[in-house]
Amino acid sequence: MARQPSTRPFSAALLGPALLGAVTKLDPRSMIRNPVMFVVEVVAVLTTVLFARDVLAGGTDLAFSGQIVLWLWFTVLFANFAEAVAEGRGKAQADSLRRTRTETTARRLAGAAEEVVPGHDLKVGDVVRVAAGEIIPSDGEVIRGVASVNEAAITGESAPVIRESGGDRSAVTGGTQVLSDEIDVRITAAAGSTFVDRMIALVEGAARRKTPNEIALNILLAGLTLIFVFAVASIPSFAAYAGGAIPVIVLVALFVTLIPTTIGALLSAIGIAGMDRLVRFNVLAMSGRAVEAAGDVDTLLLDKTGTITLGNRQATEFRPVRGVSERDLADAAQLASLADETPEGRSIVVLAKEAYGLRARDMASLNATFVPFTAQTRMSGVDLDGSSIRKGAVDSIIASVSPQPMATRGSGAAFAYSPGMAGETVREIQAIAEDVAKAGGTPLAVVRDGQLLGIVYLKDIVKGGIRERFAELRRMGIRTVMITGDNPMTAAAIAAEAGVDDFLAQATPEDKLALIRKEQAQGKLVAMCGDGTNDAPALAQADVGVAMNTGTVAAREAGNMVDLDSDPTKLIEIVEIGKQLLMTRGALTTFSIANDVAKYFAIIPAMFLGLYPQLQALNVMRLASPQSAILSAIVFNALVIVALIPLALRGVSYRPVGAGALLRRNLAIYGFGGLLVPFVGIKAIDLAVTALHLV
Amino acid sequence: MTLNGWSQIALFCAVVLALARPLGGYMTRVFAGERTILSPLLAPVEGGLYRAAGIDARHEQPWLAYALAMLAFHVLGFLALYGLLRVQALLPFNPDGQAAVAPDLAFNTAASFLTNTNWQSYGGETTMSYLTQMLGLTVQNFLSAATGIALAMALVRGFARASAKTVGSFWVDLTRATLYVLLPLCVVYALFLVWQGVPQTLSGAVAATTLEGQAQTIAVGPVASQVAIKMLGTNGGGFFNANAAHPFENPTALANFIQMVSIFAIGAAMTNVFGRMVGDERQGWAILAAMGVLFLAGATIVYGAEAAGSPVLDGLGLGGGNMEGKEVRFGIVASALFAAVTTAASCGAVNAMHDSFTALGGMIPLINMELGEIIVGGVGAGLYGMLVFVIVAIFVAGLMVGRTPEYLGKKIEAREVKMAMLAILCLPLLMLGFTALATVVAAGLAGPANAGPHGFTEILYAFTSAAANNGSAFGGLTANTAFYNTTLGLGMLFGRFFVIVPALAIAGSLAAKKTVPVSAGTLPTHGALFVGLLVGVILIVGGLTFLPALALGPIVEHLAGGLGQTFATGG
Repeated sequence: MARQPSTRPFSAALLGPALLGAVTKLDPRSMIRNPVMFVVEVVAVLTTVLFARDVLAGGTDLAFSGQIVLWLWFTVLFANFAEAVAEGRGKAQADSLRRTRTETTARRLAGAAEEVVPGHDLKVGDVVRVAAGEIIPSDGEVIRGVASVNEAAITGESAPVIRESGGDRSAVTGGTQVLSDEIDVRITAAAGSTFVDRMIALVEGAARRKTPNEIALNILLAGLTLIFVFAVASIPSFAAYAGGAIPVIVLVALFVTLIPTTIGALLSAIGIAGMDRLVRFNVLAMSGRAVEAAGDVDTLLLDKTGTITLGNRQATEFRPVRGVSERDLADAAQLASLADETPEGRSIVVLAKEAYGLRARDMASLNATFVPFTAQTRMSGVDLDGSSIRKGAVDSIIASVSPQPMATRGSGAAFAYSPGMAGETVREIQAIAEDVAKAGGTPLAVVRDGQLLGIVYLKDIVKGGIRERFAELRRMGIRTVMITGDNPMTAAAIAAEAGVDDFLAQATPEDKLALIRKEQAQGKLVAMCGDGTNDAPALAQADVGVAMNTGTVAAREAGNMVDLDSDPTKLIEIVEIGKQLLMTRGALTTFSIANDVAKYFAIIPAMFLGLYPQLQALNVMRLASPQSAILSAIVFNALVIVALIPLALRGVSYRPVGAGALLRRNLAIYGFGGLLVPFVGIKAIDLAVTALHLV
Repeated sequence: MTLNGWSQIALFCAVVLALARPLGGYMTRVFAGERTILSPLLAPVEGGLYRAAGIDARHEQPWLAYALAMLAFHVLGFLALYGLLRVQALLPFNPDGQAAVAPDLAFNTAASFLTNTNWQSYGGETTMSYLTQMLGLTVQNFLSAATGIALAMALVRGFARASAKTVGSFWVDLTRATLYVLLPLCVVYALFLVWQGVPQTLSGAVAATTLEGQAQTIAVGPVASQVAIKMLGTNGGGFFNANAAHPFENPTALANFIQMVSIFAIGAAMTNVFGRMVGDERQGWAILAAMGVLFLAGATIVYGAEAAGSPVLDGLGLGGGNMEGKEVRFGIVASALFAAVTTAASCGAVNAMHDSFTALGGMIPLINMELGEIIVGGVGAGLYGMLVFVIVAIFVAGLMVGRTPEYLGKKIEAREVKMAMLAILCLPLLMLGFTALATVVAAGLAGPANAGPHGFTEILYAFTSAAANNGSAFGGLTANTAFYNTTLGLGMLFGRFFVIVPALAIAGSLAAKKTVPVSAGTLPTHGALFVGLLVGVILIVGGLTFLPALALGPIVEHLAGGLGQTFATGG
């Protein structure tokens, strides 16, 4: 897949197929999807027939009508060309994807036995074994083992990723290659409906369906077209009353220039290009609807870690309780973290070494067993020589040394206090933790054999420039909510530092879901990203749910977008792309409608001059002759489509300046521009047409 | 144009603006069912009416039920009026012995008064009995106006409500509009008119002898009561053929001024009701501002054109303003302003003959109607017509700020756009379609009194007036024929109901939606930018369609006049 966002709409390689596509798309069965251009095609056929009749019958003004007929066809072809170019860019990506989908064989497990079957024979629920060097035959979920997998085929990222059973990194994608170890995979997608298949369909535009906003816009355009049908169809009677007749070719020219062909021609190209821009950002939208919804988002739920702060918190200080030395605390903390491969764990080991010269020891030589972190215990540590060391969330650690079970934890209850505890140390630990939390750090309590030792101060590093991004979002009218597992005080400090509007502390998946529902009940659209299986309900509930590609199958199924780079910050870009898509549609619609004024002033005097010579006064552009005026208008109408293809593909630039300022700017450019440009353009074409003696 | 003229226009605008807020506040309370100053008197009457009709005032209707109730009510109203017209000769209160009205004219008249159009293919004093005028026409004047207000209320509720299934009760809205708004105002207003010299009597025509000794029959009747509602309810159907140019309908300068104000009063106040109900009065003022811009532009052109007069007459040494077809007692400015007002609102009463205006002076009333009577417009009808354009404007502009378009927190989606386009489509179809028909068939061509572009304008004006439910006559067209009575009648019915039903559908679908809270990303809809945008969309989407027709009518007439050319014969 193309990694670099390309800004060049036309490349030589795409041009050939696009020109061919422009012709094949003349098929009325595909034209009917676009009502405005379909109407143009119908009248083009009609005038062609009339022209042929005139040629055979020896009519007059054949050169003029011939040129009009030609330009009518060009109008349709240019529209098709715009769509073909947009599709072509997706096709190039689809082709490179398709190459990854080589036919594979799979080792299917039947009981204890293995059988080799072709990849496309796999059914959902089959279990296959994939060893190092083999290609994963289809999408699935790792149910046994851990392996490093090269996913460059779909993400373009060559660094291998770890896939393992259980947890949030269990999803594997068909077509990717296992580099080391061996895994058993339960197949979750049948042939033809895998992730890569869906990606191909999406970027090719095969699965493209009209989005709600596109449907509404199409209705508006069809309505405007109908209005101009009435306006033009009534003219022959009016002319008859005035004692004359208007040639059909002139009526058709007026009609085609008046109906909104500019936006009609570019509408689908705009939609395809919008999806394409996302793909270039390595984000796959499962539907155009999701892209549109992104533009409408009112509330962004952002995970603190990785989005607002750098993913890894760093241990910066050990704060022991009275009676414990810093060195003791550092020692215990380091032991507890030896087998902890998280960045936080490693930073504790490093800090202990740097500050107190404590060398990292070897787990095996200590005869220690690692107790991993779980969502239930919310702590980890080691057991060695009858002694147990744990580090973890302060309330969990306190609860673990408390004789009573903890009260149910809820967001808002920062440090649930268990009455009856030996209060002194607990209170001290809590005080230290509170200090750390208030400063925006994460306190990690350390306990050895039931004795609280102190707090490790983990500092969250807020990403550079993120504050400005949030200010930008605020100007766009989007509220940001930081989601974090931290306690409310820590969350508040980081929220203030990062400049988010609100935060949800100690968030459970249920809290997240509840927050989304609450926002939606107020009529707001919510976007979020997530990767874990427990994020799936929230991802499904959110209007825009961006699943990380590293996430679980459940998360990927629940979201309506997948970020192949697994970068949660992208949510902001996704919103901008959604807005850009809608803005481009609006701008070109406005331009198209505003164009009509000049076109009327070109054609009306030309058309009625034979009836009432006085109407020459309306020829404000001083166009040379009635025929050159009509020809110039129809040529302008066709050429403006080509001229605007780059804009349609690139999109109108979005600036986070607030709706009022944005409207003022776009109205000035596309509204007033739309009024003025055709006056200039038609006049220029008229000069050229006259100079070349085309009429 | 004179300072005096501009002062009259400025005074008129000031009075209309000053009335909008108090009247809007009163009407808001009325339709919310709250107590008002008139409640002690009228609440028992209102309750009695509901009991008599078996209506539960608290029971609200979904949009479709609302629409069906409205349609059923109109079918019955149509039959009643048609029947009355056909049998008036057999009924009492007919001192001048008017005969039964012919079927085509009865159809046309019933359609006309039912739809708040008040197109009159007849002369009142020579066609209608007093009973018909009072029980038929005046009653429909009240009911059609009340219907317009009711429908606007339903649409406003669509914007104001969130996640609601209903848009109000047609029966309750209709009753309240009549009982609390129209009737009390009309009682006071009619007494004022009587004071100014408008007759209110059941006796027959008065026979008089003129100074030359000629016998003259002076028509009188229950005029004041009908004139009050014809203005306030933007109906416009005169008691007399000469309408508000008749000294018994519009006797004094003060009466003329108050009549103009009363045409705009309720329509302008409706924008304030709208603002109050959606919780932000500025939204109402923005709508009124857009109306005001279009109105002032139109009034300025009419006044300018009439004050400048005709270049052809100038060439003959007859300089000065155009006084042809105008009452000397009103003069140019009061006639020009009246023409702009009566066609901007869908009133259609006239105090001067529009047919005799200059080409441009006559074109503005035409354009006012072609835009769909949204410049203040008919009572209620102006507001819902304007809101339909707002939906289209918002849809296009809203996209340009990068969001699904929304207005007052309501997302504008496919269904609203579809219904808005249906409502907008219907007017050019009727106006241009019927004109196209009439300009090619013999029955149609027999109508206009003038040849050339002016004759064309006469036909176009008639169908425009009918479809827009204005009812003003350009004059010059012989409309009391089977062809015109039928086609104009159909134009009025389609022009009314093909706008109302889509508007109600929009009300229903908006009411069901959630209200999106306002943010910095929301398009502001109360500022000058939005007003300008709305005006632009109205002119381009609503107005440009008519440019070919206008070019062949008033525009070419104006250009030819400038060259000293006339269209005496042929055509």
